[in-house]
Amino acid sequence: MPTVLLLGAGSDMAVAIARKFASEKYDIQLAGRHTAALVPQQQDLQLRYGIQATSHAFDATDYNSHAGFFAGLPVQPDITICVFGYLGTQEKAQENWQEAAAIINTNYTGAVSVLNVVAESYAAKQQGTIVGISSVAGERGRQSNYIYGSAKAGFTAYLSGLRNRLFRSGVHVMSVQPGFVDTRMTQHLTLPPLLTAQPEAVATAVFKGVARKKNVLYVKWHWKYIMLIIKLIPEGIFKKLSL
Amino acid sequence: MQKRLANWGNYPAVASEENAFTQEDQLRHYVVSNDHMIARGNGRCYGDASLGKNSISMLKYDKMLSFDTEKGIMDVQAGVTLDQILDIIVPKGWFLPVTPGTKYITVGGAVASDVHGKNHHVDGAFSGHIIDMDVLIASGETICCNATTHEDLFWATCGGMGLTGIITRVKFDLKKIETAYIRQTQLKAKNLEEVIRLFDEYKHYTYSMAWIDCLQKGDSFGRSILIVGEHATPEELNDTQKKAPLTLPAKRKLSVPFNLPSFVLNTFTVKAFNWLYYGKNYKKVMHKVIPYEPFFYPLDAILHWNRGYGKAGFIQYQFVVSLDKKDGLIAILQRISDKGWGSFLAVLKVFGEQDSLISFPMEGYTLALDFPIRKGLFEFLDELDEIVLQHGGRLYLSKDARMKQEIFWNSYPNARKFADIVKQYNGNARFESLQSERLLLTK
Repeated sequence: MPTVLLLGAGSDMAVAIARKFASEKYDIQLAGRHTAALVPQQQDLQLRYGIQATSHAFDATDYNSHAGFFAGLPVQPDITICVFGYLGTQEKAQENWQEAAAIINTNYTGAVSVLNVVAESYAAKQQGTIVGISSVAGERGRQSNYIYGSAKAGFTAYLSGLRNRLFRSGVHVMSVQPGFVDTRMTQHLTLPPLLTAQPEAVATAVFKGVARKKNVLYVKWHWKYIMLIIKLIPEGIFKKLSL
Repeated sequence: MQKRLANWGNYPAVASEENAFTQEDQLRHYVVSNDHMIARGNGRCYGDASLGKNSISMLKYDKMLSFDTEKGIMDVQAGVTLDQILDIIVPKGWFLPVTPGTKYITVGGAVASDVHGKNHHVDGAFSGHIIDMDVLIASGETICCNATTHEDLFWATCGGMGLTGIITRVKFDLKKIETAYIRQTQLKAKNLEEVIRLFDEYKHYTYSMAWIDCLQKGDSFGRSILIVGEHATPEELNDTQKKAPLTLPAKRKLSVPFNLPSFVLNTFTVKAFNWLYYGKNYKKVMHKVIPYEPFFYPLDAILHWNRGYGKAGFIQYQFVVSLDKKDGLIAILQRISDKGWGSFLAVLKVFGEQDSLISFPMEGYTLALDFPIRKGLFEFLDELDEIVLQHGGRLYLSKDARMKQEIFWNSYPNARKFADIVKQYNGNARFESLQSERLLLTK
């Protein structure tokens, strides 16, 4: 059976993605910092969908461990989905380097570190699929979240370059720009319902996107055009806006 | 996130800060650093029992932990809903030990309301099938309890409407079945006397309930259809059903897409509906073998049926009076029939005995009816409450949104003891709902 590796498996979005792939009879590898916390999810996937699920310790910011982590998986996954992310607090990150570094290291450095390892393996085998969950926040820096946004911008550029490089090796790389998603990460925010996706909708979109070999996936189509408009605003005007 | 929340009756609707979690340590952190909070599952209780200033949504705490297919034991996190469990257990030959009239409730909600089903007179309420469960109390400690360990916490949590703490995990027994079908018998009863006699005559059936037309007067007062059933054996199925006895044919769901204007449900439509329902049952006794879904969950076939009562919402009034107080049942039905304020649906059932601290069921007659909210309704229901109280009965807290506090304290014999246990585990009344404030249970 094909296997999916979920990096950052504990989040609401990862839970939904795992269930979607499991319901399509994929075996699931859950990777996260606390494996004990992943056990209920592992049991749940096996029980509901009759597939094999395993839990693996993985820390996005422990870069040196990434090669060993990937080589140590019981089965090499056919699909690797990088879900982890850290929103942090913009104001705090402006004043406090630790917070800024955590945002950058989780969303960018850690993702690059682990996906480099996965990419080498897939390139050598000439097969595999890599999915990166990035963010529309990375499409243009705004005062309200530019540290998170710039880290995601870096990640988006990384995925685009990786897609370009691995195309000839037959490895598919998909970038996902979810827009607002109703998860624990955003539950303190008031989000506009029309622009907000449920984690289950993200999961279905990711599954279909992988099947159709999409390059860049917007979960809610509005976002593609919203971001297009935002990117078209001349900088002279943009800098005066409170976004 | 600040949300406008209402439960199934759409009354009351209140602003509430909603918090969800997927890990127990996240929940623990939230519980020890907040107050005025109450757990909420799928919002299928009718009134204000799971509404409060801070709402803890259990829906993402929904992992199934184990399913022993040999012994029929299920262990789940409390946010798992019964429909999800049925999807897993029925194909393996197991069924829920007790189920209410909707499968869209969480297991935590089933315990907090100590739900009953059509088999109460045989199998009791949900609490009787719990092997053990975890409750996270106000101090942040998680206590595993059952009928023999930490039994005070256990009994105050079953039917305790979430006031002892957050139910996080429940392990319970399942019932063995051979098919996903029910052998059903429907019997026409021309009035209340007859349906009560039929209940007694058919009490050996595992499942029984009656649909009662409350608008009839005179000789037809309380005319009913008694529906009884048993899990069907493979031999009782037809050839198509026999091919896959544990699988149900796929069915499309209907939905009420928005709130209907309230005049849609007036006396005339209710009468027409009742006439059709009674008329459809053209023979005195009818037998058939049907899938379990329409038998247990007829209204689940219409998603959002509650919107049929309009934006103002409705009250589902459910009470129980003891078996020797049949005159109480008659008196209340009389008042409802005289008032003509209609009830789309009225369900009559005979409960068996149940030993409990604060659960609703007790041996007697229970009747459930819907009243669309209108001017004067609460005063009318207050009058009905008095009759219930005079006949040694009580109201179901899961459906209540308006009962006066003295009715609660005078009708639940263990109210004081329950409140004392709640105090012990729920320090400074940190778990609190609109209902518990109204009934002065957490003051």
